[in-house]
Amino acid sequence: MQAKKLNVKDKYRLLTRDLDWEFSYEDRKEAFPYEEFEGIKITDWDKWEDPFRLTMDAYWKYQAEKEKKLYAIYDAFAQNNGHLNVSDARYVNALKVFLTAVSPAEFASSNGFAWAGRHYGGAGARVAAQMQSIDELRHYQTQIHAMSHYNKYFDGFEEFPHMHDRVWYMSVVKSFFDDCRSSGPFEYIVAVSFAFEYVLTNLLFVPFMSGAAYNGDMATVTFGFSAQSDEARHMTLGLEIIKFLLEQHEDNVPIVQEWIDKWLWRGYRILAVVAMMMDYMLPQKFMSWKEAWELYFEDAGGALFKDLERYGIKMPDFTETIKNEKDHISHQAWRVFYSFGHAAAVHTGTPTAEELDWLSEKYPDTFDQYYRPRLEAAAELEAKGERFYTAGLPQLCQTCQIPMFFTNVDEGKPTEIVYRESTYNDERFHFCSNECKHIFDREPEKYVHAWLPVHQIFQGNCGGGGLDEVMEYYRMGLGEMNLDYKGSPDEKRWKKWKGVA
Amino acid sequence: MARVQIAFQDNDESRYIVSAIEEDNPDSTIHYEPALIRIENEGSLQINKATVEAHMGREWDVQSIHVNLVTLTGNIDEDDDYFKLAWGGQ
Amino acid sequence: MTLEIKTSNIKPIRNTYGHIARRFGDKPASRYQEATYDNAALVNFHYKPLWDPDHDLNDPRRTAIHMEDWYALKDPRQFYYGTYVQNRAQMQEKAEGNFSFFEKRDLAARLSEDVLSKCVRFLLPLRHVEQTANLNNMHCSASTNYCTALAQATKFEAMDRLGNAQYFSRVGLALDGNSGSTLNEAKEFWMTDSAWQGVRALCEKTLTVKDWYETFLAQNLVFDSLLNDLYYRQMDAWLSANGGQDLLILLDFMSSRLTDSQRWVDSVVKLTAAESDGNKELVQSWISAWRISAQQALEPLASAMLGEEALADAFSALETRLGKIGLGG
Repeated sequence: MQAKKLNVKDKYRLLTRDLDWEFSYEDRKEAFPYEEFEGIKITDWDKWEDPFRLTMDAYWKYQAEKEKKLYAIYDAFAQNNGHLNVSDARYVNALKVFLTAVSPAEFASSNGFAWAGRHYGGAGARVAAQMQSIDELRHYQTQIHAMSHYNKYFDGFEEFPHMHDRVWYMSVVKSFFDDCRSSGPFEYIVAVSFAFEYVLTNLLFVPFMSGAAYNGDMATVTFGFSAQSDEARHMTLGLEIIKFLLEQHEDNVPIVQEWIDKWLWRGYRILAVVAMMMDYMLPQKFMSWKEAWELYFEDAGGALFKDLERYGIKMPDFTETIKNEKDHISHQAWRVFYSFGHAAAVHTGTPTAEELDWLSEKYPDTFDQYYRPRLEAAAELEAKGERFYTAGLPQLCQTCQIPMFFTNVDEGKPTEIVYRESTYNDERFHFCSNECKHIFDREPEKYVHAWLPVHQIFQGNCGGGGLDEVMEYYRMGLGEMNLDYKGSPDEKRWKKWKGVA
Repeated sequence: MARVQIAFQDNDESRYIVSAIEEDNPDSTIHYEPALIRIENEGSLQINKATVEAHMGREWDVQSIHVNLVTLTGNIDEDDDYFKLAWGGQ
Repeated sequence: MTLEIKTSNIKPIRNTYGHIARRFGDKPASRYQEATYDNAALVNFHYKPLWDPDHDLNDPRRTAIHMEDWYALKDPRQFYYGTYVQNRAQMQEKAEGNFSFFEKRDLAARLSEDVLSKCVRFLLPLRHVEQTANLNNMHCSASTNYCTALAQATKFEAMDRLGNAQYFSRVGLALDGNSGSTLNEAKEFWMTDSAWQGVRALCEKTLTVKDWYETFLAQNLVFDSLLNDLYYRQMDAWLSANGGQDLLILLDFMSSRLTDSQRWVDSVVKLTAAESDGNKELVQSWISAWRISAQQALEPLASAMLGEEALADAFSALETRLGKIGLGG
């Protein structure tokens, strides 16, 4: 029988799309109840374009190849005490941030995509979401395994899931994923696939992975490259979902624009921690936050939004603010971590003289004016044995949950903290920016429920009123994970291993 | 015009793919970075199975790109015989 | 290999993560343990799901089943992502070889019209049943996000079932020389053939179930036990006896996979029922109800496909399985 052979596109359609059918015996809305409540209109799921036509057999094959290679490295790393090859033990604190703040979010993402992968009406989108769900599980577990070795030799990794649900800076990331997971299926995927995985991913991934490469961390570099090929599929899903929604119905455009605005902002705010990591937590630096932002957003993002113009989508208004903030946020964020280092599961400290000079060079307009003096003053106190920790607790933004350190850069007043507020049901809520306030004002009933770590401490829900009790609630202990790098158990061990005084 | 971009892990297999890309997309720019090979081109970039196979000396599945791919920018068009990136309806 | 380091100082300061040590003791842990246990978010969620405001984002109350420790329902196969994909990749390689061989030797041409038509009518529409199983298990995975052991195992099952659906589709393509005509025919049977309407109705019904544990039982235990016996034992035998044995290599992936999948399902259900009388009653009542539905649904298919005794035989297999799990009677 010599029947005509199908092309790749049609074959894939038969292996995915065509598995679906029109319901006769049950109301399809009973099986797929969440498609309409967001106001998104899908007229024809058939218009969905599958970017990567990956069938399960190919998935298993190629992913297994990647796993074999990856775990061979993990084994070699462990067998050869690979942790001894990092530039300095200070570097490992960047990994602690990753495992405690980011990794659990991978699992949250896996959960979100499982839900979306069950509930979209279109089989093509479902399959893509399901593959991402299992990919994110991969990332969670390969990260846990990569860090497993570090956990055996450094403090700060051992309570990552417990802390992710409780600790102040980790709630920034947790609340992002709680936010999109509690939204409907289309907002979810715009938030994660488009805003995070497409627009912003290079600003999370490249810094951590390049940071790892520059600091001798073979395990993390290998993980990073191995995961990146999954990310390529995730990115294309992000681009596809945006175009699909915008092409399906013109009524979708304003809804999608609002989501783009909201989620790029929330995603950008999370990156404050990455900015800080790049500029302050890498003994061997490869790029400043400012440079990364210019390369990965200002350059690359421009091309993307040009492409989306034809749908009526525009670049969010706050891109000016982000541009203005790029000279400031890493320094401001580090200041907060340094000051609250007694309640953080990473070691902080003041930069070395060389590092200060590097920062001056990378931030010629701001560092020497606003930030060097404060760091030098802190170093002086340290030298006198008076390394300071702020006794109070920071005010958190109700929306992004970051301590409110952001300043009025838009009006050229970088030493003036931005305070915004809204009143809802006779209660006052505080925000770090117009954007965070706007997000709240759109859906106040949703955001009032946020479990703000600082509020919760004050309400007595975190073990008690003293630092000791809170640290016990966090399972952070005292004098191991926290405080300055200088004098830490990590430092002592590192010196012993390296045979230095 | 907007640039498309694709990056691979710098390993033995990828280097064959890259040399095939070079041949089929002579105007593209190749950047060698730590552990990474990044290729950029104006407008579009195409990887052809036949060219890769000629360089590699064996059969090559376009989908196996997944094993070495690090990142990419641009709209994807994928088939049995080629893998293409392009911006804005090219 | 010698390291130029004072080895006496390179001792680990801990054996594993805190939550793992609390559960298993202060000793090195397996990769399955570190990947799986006690690492799902449980408390302090920030927002209520707009699509389900009565529950938290991760919420054990999405089922009426109660477990003191949900991680007791661990996977006896100890599949985490890495071991799962590597296991399936090995099976995939064999399957790929089988499909190649079938095509290269033009084995489709050797099948009788009778076998071919039986295949198109009764075998290929299974791709839609597998699609249903994929969605049902995704529902379980999404709902068990508070327990990684379950979230991952059900996710793997879901992806396996998608794989099955795609392999069944490829069986069709192997038979029709990649034109897709057999799949179109099979879909027509799925939609209109009286033999299939009960099954299709049952599939649609399972997709409306809210309690994920009920979905789990209906799909992975009741429905699958019956289908597995009808297809991978009885239909398998019919094909062997009627000149269709070449086809069996194309079904090898789907039938081999059953062994470990059933082992997992049985373990989960057994432990759930053993936990409490409340659980056992609930599990049994769900099984009872879905057995009746499955009986009605499968009757036309089983008789048309294999004759009057077929479904009763399949039910014997289900009984045996339930007996082994401690739910007999």
